Amino acid sequence: MPLTSNGRMRSPRSSSLKIVGHSPSRVEGLDKVTGRARYVDDISIEGMLFGRTIRSSVARGKLRSTRFLGDREGFTIVDHRDIPGHNVVAAIVDDQPCLVESAIEHAEEPILLLAHRDREALLRAHVELDIETATPEFDPLHSKTVFKHVRIEKGDIEAALADAPHVIEGEYRTGAQEQLYIETNGMIAIPEDGGITVIGSLQCPYYVHTALVKLLGFAPERVRVVQAETGGGFGGKEEYPSILAGHAALLALKANRPVKLIYDRLEDMVATTKRHPSIVRHRTGVAKDGTILAMDIEVILDGGAYTTLSPVVLSRGCIHATGAYRCPNVRITGRAVKTNTPPNGAFRGFGAPQTQFAIEVHIDRIARQLGLDPIAVRRKNVLRPGDTTATGQVMGRDCSAKQALETAVKSIPPQRRRKSAAPTDIGVGVALFFHGSGFTGSGEQKLKSRASLELTANGVMVHAGSTEIGQGTRTMLAQIVAEELGWPLARVTVSKIDTQIVPDSGPTVASRTCLIVGGILKRCAQALRLRLAGMTPKAYLGKHGPLVITEHYEKPKEIVWDDETYRGSAYAAYAFGCNVATVRIERETGIVTPLELFAVLDIGKAVNPVLARGQIEGGTLQGVGWAVLEEVRLENGRMKNGQLTNYLIPTMLDSPRIEVAILEHPSKLAPFGAKGVGEAPIDGPAPAIVNAIRSLGYDIRDIPATPERILEAACDSD
Amino acid sequence: MRFRLNGKRVDVESHPLARLLDVLRETLGLTGTKEGCGEGECGACTVLLDGEPVNSCLVPVAHADGRAVETIENLAEDDPLARAFVTESAAQCGICTPGFLLCARTLEPKASIDSIRTHLAGNLCRCTGYSAIERAVVKTQRRTKKQPKRTTRSKKAPRVARRSKSERRR
Repeated sequence: MPLTSNGRMRSPRSSSLKIVGHSPSRVEGLDKVTGRARYVDDISIEGMLFGRTIRSSVARGKLRSTRFLGDREGFTIVDHRDIPGHNVVAAIVDDQPCLVESAIEHAEEPILLLAHRDREALLRAHVELDIETATPEFDPLHSKTVFKHVRIEKGDIEAALADAPHVIEGEYRTGAQEQLYIETNGMIAIPEDGGITVIGSLQCPYYVHTALVKLLGFAPERVRVVQAETGGGFGGKEEYPSILAGHAALLALKANRPVKLIYDRLEDMVATTKRHPSIVRHRTGVAKDGTILAMDIEVILDGGAYTTLSPVVLSRGCIHATGAYRCPNVRITGRAVKTNTPPNGAFRGFGAPQTQFAIEVHIDRIARQLGLDPIAVRRKNVLRPGDTTATGQVMGRDCSAKQALETAVKSIPPQRRRKSAAPTDIGVGVALFFHGSGFTGSGEQKLKSRASLELTANGVMVHAGSTEIGQGTRTMLAQIVAEELGWPLARVTVSKIDTQIVPDSGPTVASRTCLIVGGILKRCAQALRLRLAGMTPKAYLGKHGPLVITEHYEKPKEIVWDDETYRGSAYAAYAFGCNVATVRIERETGIVTPLELFAVLDIGKAVNPVLARGQIEGGTLQGVGWAVLEEVRLENGRMKNGQLTNYLIPTMLDSPRIEVAILEHPSKLAPFGAKGVGEAPIDGPAPAIVNAIRSLGYDIRDIPATPERILEAACDSD
Repeated sequence: MRFRLNGKRVDVESHPLARLLDVLRETLGLTGTKEGCGEGECGACTVLLDGEPVNSCLVPVAHADGRAVETIENLAEDDPLARAFVTESAAQCGICTPGFLLCARTLEPKASIDSIRTHLAGNLCRCTGYSAIERAVVKTQRRTKKQPKRTTRSKKAPRVARRSKSERRR
C-alpha cells in the first residue's frame, strides 16, 4: 500500500513492469528548460502580419454599422461577409457566429478583424461601432433559454423523502474560474497551396480542423492544423482555439499573407471561456444514524451566451452530483442556461468540481445537523464494490472510495480529529470524491478515436492526435507502447501533432488520453508484436516494406449506456479520492490560509509516478485558488478584473504543503489498470477547505471564500 | 543601445523605451524569454540584469544600456538546476520555466525553504502547484557547494514582486 511519509510520496511499484510504473523524465523536458521549445509566439514567418479583434463591448444588442476611422493603408479588414463557408464556430450546436452579423449576445463578441504588419499601427486603429442596445440577462435563475436539460432518476424519490426521518436542504454556489494557462491563446495562419495551415496553442487539433472546414467551406485535405508547444490549457484551449484559428485564417486568406494572432493577457482573460458558475440545491432524506435514504438534487449552470460545451459539462456535473455515495432513491435535474456573458466552457473537472463541492459541503451540514461525525457519515454511505451509482452503474472491484477515505483520515492528527472545546484558528475539513474518465456515456463510441504505430528502422513511432500541454502525454504514451513491446523507451518516438500526420484520436480532455488513447496504442503494440514475430524492425522493413498499424476505439462489452434515459455505465473507469485540508483563519480580517492539503487519489496505475504526482499537485493548487482566491467580477457582463494584478491565482507563498498519496486499484478496462488522473485532483480541495472553514464556525456555502464572504458569514447558523 | 548579452557585446538600434522583452525576442531572436502577462505579475519574462532578476516586460531597453543581461539561452545544458527541473518534472508546460530557472539562480546558497518560497513568489506557475519546483531547487541547493559568481549589482531595476496574493489584498 503506497503511502506518504515525511512529506515524500512513496510511489507504487510493480515488480513485473519495466517501464510503466517508473518515472523516466519527460521527453521534451530538456527543450523546455533550455528555452528551446517553440511556442506559437516564438514562431515568426517572413512577411507575416499581426491580427487584432474588434469586439462588441455591449452585452446585448444589434449591430447597425461599423466604421474604420483613419488611414486604411496597409490594413486588412475582415467582417462576416468575408467568410467563404458557414459563419459558425462549429461545436455541439452551431449557434455561435465566428463574426457578428447582426445580433450581439455578449460584450466580447468579435465583430471585425484587422491585420497590419506594424503592431503599433494595429493598436492605434480605431473602429466606430453603431450598436442598438437591448436589455441583457445576467441572472441564470431568470434566464428563459435553456441549452440543455438533464434528468436522472433512480428508485422512488418522493416516497423516500416522505418517509425519511430527516430532510435536510441546502443551496451551494461556485463562481467562474479562469484557466489561466501562463501562455495566452495564440494562432498563426498561413495560406498555402490553395488551402490553409494553422499553427497554434491548442489541445484538440481535430476540433480546430472541423471548425475551419465548416467556416471556410474547404475540403478537409485543404486544411492543416499543427500544434506548437503549448503553454498550458486546463480545458481553456479545448474549444476556444477554433475561434482564433478561424479569425487568423480569414485574415490570412484575405491578405494572402501569414497572420499571427496572439491575445494579450487582458484579452485572453475577458474574452475566453471560464469554468461555469453553478447553483446546486440539495434536499436529502436521512436516517437518524446518518444513512442517506433519498437525494433530490437540482443543478443550474450558467452557460453564457452560446451553447459551446455546456450540454456535456452539465451532463458530467449531474452524473457526479451525488458524490461518491450510494443511495437507493435519487433524482437529479439539471439545466444549463443562457446569459449575456462570454460563453463558459471546459475547465479541468468539467462540471464535476461544481456539483461535488455542493454534495461535500452538504454532507458536513447533514452530519452537524444530526450531531454526527462528518467522517462517520461518509463512512456509512461511501460507494463500495457492488453498489450502484445514480445512473445504475454497478461499481467494480476497483471502487476504492472507502480506502481513499480511510487513508486520508489516517493523516489527520488525533488532536485535530476531536472537537476541542477551546476556540482555535486552525480548522480541518475532509472531502471525498470520484471522477469518471473518458467521454460521458456513449461519447467514446461516437468519437471512434484512432491511433497508429509506424515501424521505423530502429523502433516505432507513435501517431496519435493527443496533445502534450504540460501533462506529459508524449512520455506517458511512449511508456505504454514500450512496455507492451518489451522494448527500451528510447526506441519509441512520438510524432508531432499535425493533422497531415496524426489520426484523429479524439480531443485531449476528460482524463481520457491514458485510458482511451493509451488503450488503443496498447492494442496497436500487441498487433505489432504479433506481426513482427520476433523479427527486428530493420529486418521486417527490409523484407516486407513499411508497416503502420492502426487501431480504433472498441467499446468494452461491459459498457452499456442509454442517452435518452441516462441509465447505464456513464464511464468506463473512475478515479476515487479524498482530500484533507488544514486551514488557518485570521478572524479579524477573514483571511483564510490553507496550510496543508493531503491528497489521496486512486488512479488504478501510475504509468509515470512523477508525472502523475505533478498532475495531482497542480490540480490541487488550482482547486485551492478556486476555493479562496479566484473571483471573476463582472460589470455589465464584462470581466472587470481581467489582469493578474486583480484576478489572483496562488503564488508559491500562497500554496499550502501538498502531500500526495497515490493508490492503485486497477481497472480491468484500462491499460495496465490506469484509470486517468488529469481532472480528479481538482474535485476535492474546494469542499475540503470550505469544510475546514466551516469547522471554525463560519457558515460558508459559496466560493470563493474571500475575506469579505468570511466576515459576512454568520457564525454557526446551522 | 549597447549592452552585454550572455557575455557578448551587442549593439541594437531601438527606441529607448522599447521593452527589453521585445528587443530580446524580436530584434535579437532570443525567444527563450516568454511573455505571460506584460505587466510584471507573472515573472515568465524574467532575465538577469547585472545579476538581478527583473521582469523584462517592464524594463525599457535604455535601462539595459551599458549593463549585463543574461537570458535562459546562456544556461549550460548540464546546468544542475536545469537538470533537476527535468528529473523532478518541475517543467510541465514549460512556459514559466525559463523565468523560474533564472530567478532561482540568484538564490543565496543553502537558502531556507521560506526564503526559497519568498524569492520565487514573483513567478507564477499554473501547472505544478509549485511543489516540484521547490523540490528541484532544494535538491540542487543541497548539492551545490558554491554558487556561481554573481556580477556586482549596480543601478536598481524594477525587481520581481515578492509578495503573496493574500498579502497584497490587505
